[in-house]
Amino acid sequence: MREKFLSLSTVGVPLDRVNVDTDAIIPARYLKTIKRTGLGEGLFFAWRYDMDGKERPDFPLNRPEFRGGEVLVAGENFGCGSSREHAVWALMDFGFRAVIAPSFSDIFHNNCLKNGMLPVTLPAAAVRSLIDALLAAPGGKIRVDLEGQTVTGPNGDIHAFGVASFAKTCLLEGLDEIALTLASAGELDRYERERKKATPWLFLDLPG
Amino acid sequence: MPTLFEKVRDRHVVTVRGDDVLLYVDRHLVHEVTSPQAFAGLSAAGRSVRRPGAMLAVPDHNVPTTPDRSVRIEDRGSREQIQALRENALGAGIALFDIDDPRQGIVHIIGPESGLVQPGITVVCGDSHTGTLGAFGAIAFGIGTSEVEHVLATQALWQKMPLQMRVVVTGTLRPFVTPKDVILAVIAEIGAAGGTGYALEFSGETLRRMSMEGRMTMCNMTIEAGARFGLIAPDEVTFAYLSGRPLAPPPSLWDAAVADWKTLPSDPDATWDREVALDASNLEPHVTWGTSPQDALPVGGVVPDPEKQEDPGERARMLRALEYMALSPGTRMTDIPVDKVFIGSCTNSRIEDLRAAAAVAKGRTVAPGVTALVVPGSGLVKRQAEEEGLDRVFLDAGFQWRLPGCSMCLGMNPDKLKPGERCASTSNRNFEGRQGPGGRTHLMSPAMAAAAAVSGRIADVREVAR
Ligand code: SF4
Repeated sequence: MREKFLSLSTVGVPLDRVNVDTDAIIPARYLKTIKRTGLGEGLFFAWRYDMDGKERPDFPLNRPEFRGGEVLVAGENFGCGSSREHAVWALMDFGFRAVIAPSFSDIFHNNCLKNGMLPVTLPAAAVRSLIDALLAAPGGKIRVDLEGQTVTGPNGDIHAFGVASFAKTCLLEGLDEIALTLASAGELDRYERERKKATPWLFLDLPG
Repeated sequence: MPTLFEKVRDRHVVTVRGDDVLLYVDRHLVHEVTSPQAFAGLSAAGRSVRRPGAMLAVPDHNVPTTPDRSVRIEDRGSREQIQALRENALGAGIALFDIDDPRQGIVHIIGPESGLVQPGITVVCGDSHTGTLGAFGAIAFGIGTSEVEHVLATQALWQKMPLQMRVVVTGTLRPFVTPKDVILAVIAEIGAAGGTGYALEFSGETLRRMSMEGRMTMCNMTIEAGARFGLIAPDEVTFAYLSGRPLAPPPSLWDAAVADWKTLPSDPDATWDREVALDASNLEPHVTWGTSPQDALPVGGVVPDPEKQEDPGERARMLRALEYMALSPGTRMTDIPVDKVFIGSCTNSRIEDLRAAAAVAKGRTVAPGVTALVVPGSGLVKRQAEEEGLDRVFLDAGFQWRLPGCSMCLGMNPDKLKPGERCASTSNRNFEGRQGPGGRTHLMSPAMAAAAAVSGRIADVREVAR
């Protein structure tokens, strides 16, 4: 069951990098789990720790001013690469509830919405100004209001963002999408009956 | 005037909700890493799998590629995931190509090989490289685990209509220039995020002359340009590939299927949101220097200089990449030594790939200090290669000949790079740490990887093979 997302007012954590891929968010060796929980441990592992396992003090997630922040602000094409939903689970397990970036990979964007995490797309210039503000005065707060669809930066600057209306409802109410789809079971049955006549070869069971 | 994508989509619409359509899913492939939480969610909600006969499961990411794997898998997490896949598949009545099945292999290799991937279908898998299967003229795309659960329960997914991009490739490829080089050049051209939001159809005479294997290599890497879908119109090459495969339409339905498939190609007057043209006649073998697949250049080139880059964001990215890769601007690509060579992955582990690598390896020897792995994409590819004697060619040249799996593509099973090691790899991602923490990846074609193996450094296969 997904979590509800309402609004956030929290320390913003700047990650001033583009093309942050899901291998960087959570390396493959952390995917060997059959659970959704506990993945925060591996979040950004190679960037948070050096080869000896010591924290890299300059990485934003390790800096005391940014600890406990729930919104990540990053460069374009965030979440590219592997489809691993573990990337979202790891961010959420660590405490993040929203990511702000100029663009997201399509799969990562979907994965966020399915888990009650909000991907906020803002123009590159707005993201640049948020990152600069957070770096200039670490610990600054960002407010994300899903209902009103705005982000308020640490300097009081307000940025509107778009979100698909169905996704918004699901986020606000924490809806179970599978239950909603199963309400269309009659249409699924009808579709299958018709397609079976048109393309019968697609309804042969795959033998093991 | 619809495109191929639009035609296939239109026949899969179950119902509509605002901008979203409920898209029916014909085939669903399942692997051990992205499915356990989906099955767990399903049973926690008291739901069952709607159409188990439309699905096929296979373990590939975690499996070791050494013969001892059927005795025991050392790593506990891997063992648990493979066991969970087995139990979930058997419990739901889903077909399973288990670890000792001769048909086991990388999920994107075995789907087409079995004949279950056909023109005009929708096919999904909890894996971003599912776009590979679009080479048959199908809507094939990668999904997350929540979506896997949704498909298990409903056999459908809510989808938005992507934008339509066409990439037209013309010209005859020169010797030793392969589909891998074409797709690397395309990604370098449009960028790692250039295809985000698009379905990308490849067309043009170069594609028409390409084998299904080559077309799959092209579509495999569309996700590396950000595009979730890659498509190629079906034609006689497609039909010939499918004919006689175990899960292809049976003889009684074959003619009807082919007649249907011939209606699928994009109409000549279809409209495109973006068009890209590439003349491949002078294309050179490509390699990557950095940590994004867009960092590809001809093998004769040098490591680029970030200082010449005007965009500050891109300059910072390049500097980071060079630091991670331990390279300095101006270094000739062919002066870069390698420690490991990996020939495998869903990009380049089909029979043609192995033949191309073997042709270079034949009569030569892996350079001292280099470890080179050849990992066939499936048990059937392995068997065919052995029938053709390719395993002997590789073994005689000092390559290792492994069992099928994802292997060194992703650093999740025993095959991985050690920190600081540099690898010539036929896989699809050169991200930081992709092949193991601290590992450095240079992407290239199988022939180029074989040339690197025998040279001990990145090499121009045209010079090596001369
Ligand atoms: S070979 Fe690599 S890219 Fe392909 S499915 Fe396996 S891990 Fe993913």
